[in-house]
Amino acid sequence: MIQISNLHKSYAMGSNSLHVLKGLNLEIEEGEFVSIMGSSGSGKSTLLNILGILDDYDRGTYYLGGKLIQGLNETKAAMTRNEMIGFIFQSFNLISFKNAMENVALPLYYQKVSRKKRNQIALEYLDRLGLKEWAGHLPSELSGGQKQRVAIARALISKPQIILADEPTGALDSATSFEVMDILKDINNQGKTVIIVTHEHDIAAMTKKIIRLKDGVIEEVIKNGDLQLFKERILTE
Amino acid sequence: MFDIDRWNEIWNALAKNKVRSLLTAFGVFWGIFMLIVMAGAGKGLQNGVSEGIAKFAANSAFFWSQQTSEPYKGFKRGRYWHMDSEDLQYLKDHVPEIEYITPKNFTGRFGNSSNVIRGRKNGSFNVKGDYPDYIKIDPSTVLKGRWINDLDIRDKRKVCVIGEKVFDSMFDVNENPVGQYLKISGVYYQVVGLIRAETKINVNGRTEESISLPFTTMLQTYNMGNQVHFLAITAKSGVPVSVVEDKVKEFIKKRHSIAPTDLQALNSVNIEKEFQQMSGLFLGIQILTWIVGIGTLMAGVIGVSNIMLVIIKERTKEIGVQRAIGATPRVIIGQIMLESVVLTTVAGYIGLSMGVGLLELVNRIIESAPAQGGDRAFFAHPEVSLTVAVSALCVLVIAGLFAGMIPASRAIQIKPIEALREE
Ligand SMILES: Nc1ncnc2c1ncn2[C@@H]1O[C@H](COP(=O)(O)OP(=O)(O)OP(=O)(O)O)[C@@H](O)[C@H]1O
Ligand SMILES: [Mg+2]
Repeated sequence: MIQISNLHKSYAMGSNSLHVLKGLNLEIEEGEFVSIMGSSGSGKSTLLNILGILDDYDRGTYYLGGKLIQGLNETKAAMTRNEMIGFIFQSFNLISFKNAMENVALPLYYQKVSRKKRNQIALEYLDRLGLKEWAGHLPSELSGGQKQRVAIARALISKPQIILADEPTGALDSATSFEVMDILKDINNQGKTVIIVTHEHDIAAMTKKIIRLKDGVIEEVIKNGDLQLFKERILTE
Repeated sequence: MFDIDRWNEIWNALAKNKVRSLLTAFGVFWGIFMLIVMAGAGKGLQNGVSEGIAKFAANSAFFWSQQTSEPYKGFKRGRYWHMDSEDLQYLKDHVPEIEYITPKNFTGRFGNSSNVIRGRKNGSFNVKGDYPDYIKIDPSTVLKGRWINDLDIRDKRKVCVIGEKVFDSMFDVNENPVGQYLKISGVYYQVVGLIRAETKINVNGRTEESISLPFTTMLQTYNMGNQVHFLAITAKSGVPVSVVEDKVKEFIKKRHSIAPTDLQALNSVNIEKEFQQMSGLFLGIQILTWIVGIGTLMAGVIGVSNIMLVIIKERTKEIGVQRAIGATPRVIIGQIMLESVVLTTVAGYIGLSMGVGLLELVNRIIESAPAQGGDRAFFAHPEVSLTVAVSALCVLVIAGLFAGMIPASRAIQIKPIEALREE
């Protein structure tokens, strides 16, 4: 699904530049449930943004679903995002003046699906996430967990192959965080690739693979079977 | 385009900051309002003036004599002279381009001493000598009776045609003046008609305060010999009046030993030329209107552009989210352009309607005001043509597009990643 080799990314900071990703190699198969960890500033968000074609990179190659993602113009990038990727953000990023249903339906609006049809589909997704009664409510009338579930429904509605989530539980209490993680697990069980960025170990432990970033490269990959080990280790840390 | 969400978005963007949206919209509103009112007022002035002179045969010219200003052929400068009936005949014979030619004579009005008496009523009025053809050149409406005819001329009948003010002061309101007698400078004349001038240009006094006698009658009663004070001509269709005007002047000057270079001795007015000058003036007014109007409008448009920029700044994050989940630059540009066009067009449309409404109101007031013959103002039917209104709307839409351009390009310059960054 995702093949990245020798990926470099630096940010220009005035006259000098900050080299964040330094020749990173990464492969993620279809249907994986991956969390990206690492200390603050290690480049987790940077990597996720590149994966989501929200940002471009300097060197290396990035294949998404067998397609080289490089130097796409904004229109192509937007269309690829719309078709292949669903985004979940830490701060939900719902449109404040649209109700839950309209927010969920938005990606279909860009696909020029008729209003009636896309709202109907949006209602189905909200129903699946247990939010049917809240369809007519504005984001300001929803709790954090509800907002994030609306955001997840929005990420799912265009039937993307990949779900990218940057700290999806960062703004939620732990009980709600686990609810959200359960939903993401369900989504993954239905065959979607899910990649989340988190710095919470118990959240990461709920995924099937942990990628630890350090100094712009992957320091460690913890696979399924080693998760128990990982849990023990973080308990001692 | 017709998706309700799109309009929802526009409404929300504008409603979030009502005061600023209103102020900005007011700029555009005022611009178009001014444009329409000024265009309408200009048109009203034009209509008023045109209606005042339009009835004058456009192909007419008028001549009258003055003191000479140059010595010539042994005559000193400052000589008094008159045109005469022979000139008239000569011109008829030698200038085939002339369609109508009529002389007109005047008696002076001597101060305020009354020259017209009827029973116990008396008044002081202009007395003119006219030919039947004169109203073909400077039209008047015959309200009662008739205008001077050929028999009056041939028989030097003692008849007269009076203006409305003359009627008002010499007759009772319900009286029929036709058939009654007026004593003018000691001689009785029978009134045969009452007229109202259709033009607002006065030849030796207003028509409403004038009494016309048959030309020949006047020559005889006032001992004018064969003098002609004033000459009105029209050119045959297809011939520019200026050509006839030049010919007439040349012949008359030659016949009266006036220097060809003497510009003062024989004065003339050429209605065609006046019309042209007037159209030039109105063109000027129109151009000025558009310059000022468009200038004001521009200020409004810049305001719209400004508010759109601010709105975009406020919505950076939202736009970032939209782009992240698949809005292409085209969608974003279209959205912002549409917002801008809607804002300008709605504001402008209101300005347009109110401008037209104001003009309509003024028009009603003018029309309901009593129309008093020559007293009408030089202002009528202020209006904007459909073309002006439609072009104003086009200007608005284009202006809206321009106003949206900078904000739109600013919006797509923001990378989604930048827009999404947590503060
Ligand atoms: N647009 C940018 N311009 C300049 N520097 C940037 C930009 N974005 C990120 N950085 C820098 O790059 C480094 C990596 O940033 P990134 O956001 O990827 O870190 P992160 O691993 O997500 O950290 P955190 O856990 O705090 O979210 C940081 O030092 C950050 O300051
Ligand atoms: Mg981050």
